Amino acid sequence: MIPELGHVALIIAFVLAMGLAVVPLWGTVRHDIAAMNMAPSLALGVTVFVGMAFALLATSFLQDDFSVAVVAANSNSLLPPIFKFSALWGNHEGSLLLWVLILSGWMTAVAYFSRGLPLEMVARVLSVMGMVAVGFLAFSLLTSNPFERLLPNTPLDGNDLNPLLQDPGLIIHPPLLYMGYVGLSVPFAFAIAALLGGRLDASWARWSRPWTNVAWGFLSLGIMLGSWWAYYELGWGGWWFWDPVENASFMPWLMGTALVHSLAATEKRGVFRSWTVLLAIFAFSLSLLGTFLVRSGVLTSVHAFAADPERGLFILIFLALVVGGSLLLYALRVPSVASRVSYTGVSRESLLMINNLVFTVATVVVLLGTLFPLVMDAFSLGKYSVGPPYFNAVFVPLMALVMPFMTVGPLSRWREDSAKRWLHELLVPGIGVLVAALVLASLGSDGFNIWIALAVLLSGWVALGVIKDLWRRIASAPDRELKWRRLSPSFIGMTLAHLGFAAVVLGAVVVTQENQERDLRMAVGDVEELGGYRFELLRLGQQAGPNYLADQAVFEVTRDGQVIAGLVPEKRRYFASGQIMTEAAIDASLWRDLYIALGEPIGENAWAVRLQYKPMVRWLWLGSLMIGFGALVTVLDRRYRSQTARKPLPAAGVAGLAS
Amino acid sequence: MHPIRKQRLILVSLMVVLSSVAIGLVAFALRDNINLFYPPADVMAGKAPTDRTIRLGGMVVKGSIERSETELDTTFWVTDYEASVAVRYSGILPDLFAEGEGVVAEGMLDASGTLVATQVLAKHDENYMPPEVAAALEGKTAPAEGTALP
Repeated sequence: MIPELGHVALIIAFVLAMGLAVVPLWGTVRHDIAAMNMAPSLALGVTVFVGMAFALLATSFLQDDFSVAVVAANSNSLLPPIFKFSALWGNHEGSLLLWVLILSGWMTAVAYFSRGLPLEMVARVLSVMGMVAVGFLAFSLLTSNPFERLLPNTPLDGNDLNPLLQDPGLIIHPPLLYMGYVGLSVPFAFAIAALLGGRLDASWARWSRPWTNVAWGFLSLGIMLGSWWAYYELGWGGWWFWDPVENASFMPWLMGTALVHSLAATEKRGVFRSWTVLLAIFAFSLSLLGTFLVRSGVLTSVHAFAADPERGLFILIFLALVVGGSLLLYALRVPSVASRVSYTGVSRESLLMINNLVFTVATVVVLLGTLFPLVMDAFSLGKYSVGPPYFNAVFVPLMALVMPFMTVGPLSRWREDSAKRWLHELLVPGIGVLVAALVLASLGSDGFNIWIALAVLLSGWVALGVIKDLWRRIASAPDRELKWRRLSPSFIGMTLAHLGFAAVVLGAVVVTQENQERDLRMAVGDVEELGGYRFELLRLGQQAGPNYLADQAVFEVTRDGQVIAGLVPEKRRYFASGQIMTEAAIDASLWRDLYIALGEPIGENAWAVRLQYKPMVRWLWLGSLMIGFGALVTVLDRRYRSQTARKPLPAAGVAGLAS
Repeated sequence: MHPIRKQRLILVSLMVVLSSVAIGLVAFALRDNINLFYPPADVMAGKAPTDRTIRLGGMVVKGSIERSETELDTTFWVTDYEASVAVRYSGILPDLFAEGEGVVAEGMLDASGTLVATQVLAKHDENYMPPEVAAALEGKTAPAEGTALP
């Protein structure tokens, strides 16, 4: 009964989403206030019913209802309850439901926080989001119904969740990532609404900006968690593989980065307006493309599970409609007059433009590398794979190119600035960073390392600009109260994000350059030295978990006779699927990680062992956290709050649903 | 010059510079960083190059995995049921690497026709088959248990 109720709830949500897509938009055409006023209520209605469907599916999972196909394929009675719950989105059908749930959550948030916006704008934005919801609910209902039953051949027990996914990282990684993916539909909807209404002004940018920042912040956090999960769960100790599915989430992030910066220029100075609209369209289109790549199974990847061509076709058509439709609208409606605001070559506008160009080009080269094998295959020109060397060769120089400008950006002035002033501000600290880079790069294990020198130089340079700006703001304020007021949330957010970026770059380069790794055979009593640490294999043992049996190897790590850590890597065999899983043991700290993973047993009492010494690998994730939280902090800024509180709410709540 | 025209000039020249940089980088990176995929039949027919990295995909032949007792060296045979190629790999193999399962190995062919692999990829869950391997095996059926493989 429960799955059927869930199915009905999903259908009701679909009908409400159709209403949301049509009625308020029709209201804006006919100037029908009642129709436009229905938008928030309809959005809330969709959320309630999708939420209901989601809760009912979760119930089926928790109750081990193996007559539901998704539950039977992805859960097992021995699975710990928290993983039964997260198994819901560890598969295609369920994760699609999560997608729609998060989309409707965003719709409700927009309806709630945009009460002060003009009614027509709210109606258009929610209608556009309603259209997206219609597309995805149709996708769910027509091609991937999560409530499909296995009757009468109900299995006695489920197939179990893929052991790779039985991990706390998976409980939060997909929801956060989807918050970002789907959140990009908000700036998209604002852009389309602005095009529909023919209103592309600074207030439009101001409305759309906090949403973009939040979505982009969540996307950063989601990608960071994915990287961290891959690092400790896959057992290779890698943190980024340029896997097509990683790229699928990375491309909207790159485009979102350009969007976040171009919105700043549009809001403050009214420049790049049509470009910003285009970026918003592309960022969301890349989200959809990512969904297509992940969900159609066209790729060889960690994330590509069972493939279904019908599903791929559906998303491809949907993608074509969204991209084609929005670009057509763009071509028809974008104001043909160029913006009349002028700026010189030496100004903050130009620096933001450089950011935009570099990040757009970076998106294009990643897109090219990701789609190249697909395109070649589609035209039967051979089966290619494009690996990390391509992406590193193309992507790294582009990031190095943008970093020198990142320092000047926050210090620069709008409209007109002078290179002389920049030189004056940055010359002395710049030389300091250069010296620091040369010294630090010589400290490595094998002499001077040019790449580390460059990384320290560029990251130090970025950090420097940010700190200098911070200092200037605080020092020039006459009293303490003003000091605090000058540190607005949007300024703090920017500072955090830029520092975070510098930390990511530094961590990435150092761990790539100074990483030490050894694969070897170790028997009980064997000792191995790596990175100045002494690894001793003390004993082998076995340990039973709730749904697996693990072979364990107990290691003791010492340095100069002092015990640093006891590490116990495992090799697990899961009962339900018989699948083998490596569970790496990691001793983490700010400056280095020690990483041990087991391979397979070799003879008696010995294992193939992978030992790794990874300096500064944590900086990657700490930096990404700073980027993500920095973006989230910006929405606390007063100027976003005042605009929404200007008017009391016209109509919200469930009451509107009945009328 | 008119400020707006100057603005456009800056924009256009920046775009030209950046796109040429990007095109240059892409061309440089694509030159030797893409790998072609070959099924074992093509390798045995001599269609695969020996001077660059290739990808080989198929099924691991049952009973062909030989592990060294003292080192991390492993050799195994990969087949598409038409031909088989030997693969040598030193290092830790993925968890789902097993006899009779799909695999993709990346590396260079040596003089004896053995693929010296630098990376071995196995599937990530029980039901998933890498698309290249699926395509390589298309239309070919596994022989019954016990039959000798070509």
